[in-house]
Amino acid sequence: MEFLSRLLTFLSNAIVNVGGWIEGLLVNLGLGEPLVSLAMGLIGAAVVGFFPLLVVIFLIWAYRKLIARMQGRLGPNSSGTWAGPYGILQTFADAIKMLTKEDVRPQGIDVVPYNLAPILVVVVSLMVWAVIPFGPGDALVGTDLTIGIFYILAFSSAGLFVFLMAGWSSNNKYATVGAFRAVAQLIGYEIPQLLAVLAVVMVVGSLRMQDIVAAQDVMFLVAMPVSALIFFLASMAEINARPFELLEAESELVCGYFVEYSGMKFGMFYLAEFMNTVAVAAIFTTLFLGGWRGPWVDQAPILGTLWFLLKMGLVILGWMFFQMTLPRLRIDQMLAFNWKFLVPLGLANLCVVGLVNKGIVAALVGEVSAWTQAGILLGANLVVILATWGILAASERRAWRRQETWQAAQAGELEVGA
Amino acid sequence: MLEQFTFVGLLFFVALFLSIMMIGLAWLLRPKRPNPRKSEIYECGLQPHGEPWVQYKAQYYIFALVFLIFDVEAVFLFPWALAYNWLPFYAVLEGVIFILLLAAALVYVWRKGVLEWV
Amino acid sequence: MTLQQIFFFVFAALTLVGGLAVVTARKLFHAALWLLLTFFGVAGLYVLLEAPFFAAAQLFVYMGAIGILIIFAIMLTRGIMRQDAPRFNEQWWLAGLLAIVLLVVLGWLAWQQPWTTTAAPIREDSLHLLGLALVDPEGFALPFEVASVLLVMALIGAAMIVKEG
Repeated sequence: MEFLSRLLTFLSNAIVNVGGWIEGLLVNLGLGEPLVSLAMGLIGAAVVGFFPLLVVIFLIWAYRKLIARMQGRLGPNSSGTWAGPYGILQTFADAIKMLTKEDVRPQGIDVVPYNLAPILVVVVSLMVWAVIPFGPGDALVGTDLTIGIFYILAFSSAGLFVFLMAGWSSNNKYATVGAFRAVAQLIGYEIPQLLAVLAVVMVVGSLRMQDIVAAQDVMFLVAMPVSALIFFLASMAEINARPFELLEAESELVCGYFVEYSGMKFGMFYLAEFMNTVAVAAIFTTLFLGGWRGPWVDQAPILGTLWFLLKMGLVILGWMFFQMTLPRLRIDQMLAFNWKFLVPLGLANLCVVGLVNKGIVAALVGEVSAWTQAGILLGANLVVILATWGILAASERRAWRRQETWQAAQAGELEVGA
Repeated sequence: MLEQFTFVGLLFFVALFLSIMMIGLAWLLRPKRPNPRKSEIYECGLQPHGEPWVQYKAQYYIFALVFLIFDVEAVFLFPWALAYNWLPFYAVLEGVIFILLLAAALVYVWRKGVLEWV
Repeated sequence: MTLQQIFFFVFAALTLVGGLAVVTARKLFHAALWLLLTFFGVAGLYVLLEAPFFAAAQLFVYMGAIGILIIFAIMLTRGIMRQDAPRFNEQWWLAGLLAIVLLVVLGWLAWQQPWTTTAAPIREDSLHLLGLALVDPEGFALPFEVASVLLVMALIGAAMIVKEG
């Protein structure tokens, strides 16, 4: 009985306790102090580096199985060659296949950028995991940088040049056009992402990820739905999810910027795409769904990690719903949606939330509770939603009337002509 | 403050090691049978025609330029947003004026037809 | 040799090698990639100066926007990727002489300067103070708004060039 209660206490803060046990081992081995902290840092970095890989292995299977089932197909299964129950081992089969495929080297490529691009794309996808908080306290974050969320945005932005490297060095027109389109889409949708994050940072007053989680007594999804929606949509474009899947438009561009890559190099691009999905889901969870917060986290911090993973899964499920039902957009539709809808909406959201929040909080004397604050923010967001709806409806009515006039003129002309 | 970044450096090396290990493993395991037919550039099954560097649309550059303007604007807005909770009302108004000026520029550029993908 | 000094040498080497390679690269696209490496080195130097916000802003604006803009400009120019760009012209000796003179003058000035260092640590809330200073009427409120006007001018100028061409 006492063993059970001790086991439960150990498990309730499992990750931190295991880390402490390893550190104790290292100190007992007689290593000096800086080496111990370096070794612990390396172990932490290895855990943070391998975690996305593990999640991606599971995610690829879940992705293919769920989308297939929702589309009335079977998905990965064991009806042919055995691939585990429900086809779980399919991803391992894919990985082995990619490792053993020949690396077809096209002629005329630029060797150094061609080989560097797959490596850099995975490195950049992994670097953003350094600041994601998996649970309460300092031990469950890689490093709680002062510039937390800005670091993530900066690294995602800085990593865009690898697509140009991959596209240009492939010595292939389709690859280069694909690279251009990829970069045009990715840079465009960074601005709405930024504006949504700015709204969150405004309310929280800090860039640290743990502070953003701590400020969410009410989830920002409820308090600032417009920012959440903007970030959700912009993130779908950043991770190339349908309907923004122009970059690998198989029927148009034949795999876009990685058409000349084969074997594991293609595998790295594929891996990086899924790792981006997981990373952006983690960021959305931290910013808008309250991160690791949930019931009973104070008593058992390991539950924080569990809630975090569950929420991440929910976000990815949400994206999957979009991915399996919507067709692909054209490039002009995608750019117009960004620059003519999301960016003005983001700017308006920032202004309205800023003004309304400050105005009302200044009018109310004394301390405002979290719920009042959330209510004020929700009110400001509702103003933005109603205004946007009104503007869109008015412009739609105008377009409809113009269409009617045009059709009437056509009919009139036909009558006169005949 | 610098100790915060040691983890970032460690993660960079771990990530680099991971990628190189994967590529190295593939290099060890895969067959190497080069063949001139296999090395041709892919162009939907036909022979590649002409130079691979044709003139591309100038619209890509325009969108990158607009993105740059808004990028710099966002970097300016970050300190303002951080200090928001401690700002008096007129300071919030100053930030809103900053945003509105750029929104006006966006509307101007939109009406002038620069944001069309012709 | 502390760890900080090692990292300083690494990032300084990245920046200098990148800078040198930009001007001596044969292909223009490679020059653009070396430029991106230079930007990364400068971001590292910002981190060593305990200004992480500016390091991230450097990555964000320079590597993520200006670098991409330069690469687009290179790739959109017809024919320029085909030929190798000439690396030296006839006045290389004059340029070398001027560079050495500049190096000597700047080096002497830097040596003579009594660089003051402060033992006070950087404040945790320095970014909030920056935000407060940016909108303070006795601070930088006017340059803040003028910066916005500058960006508007840049956008309108770009629109005018596009519409003419």
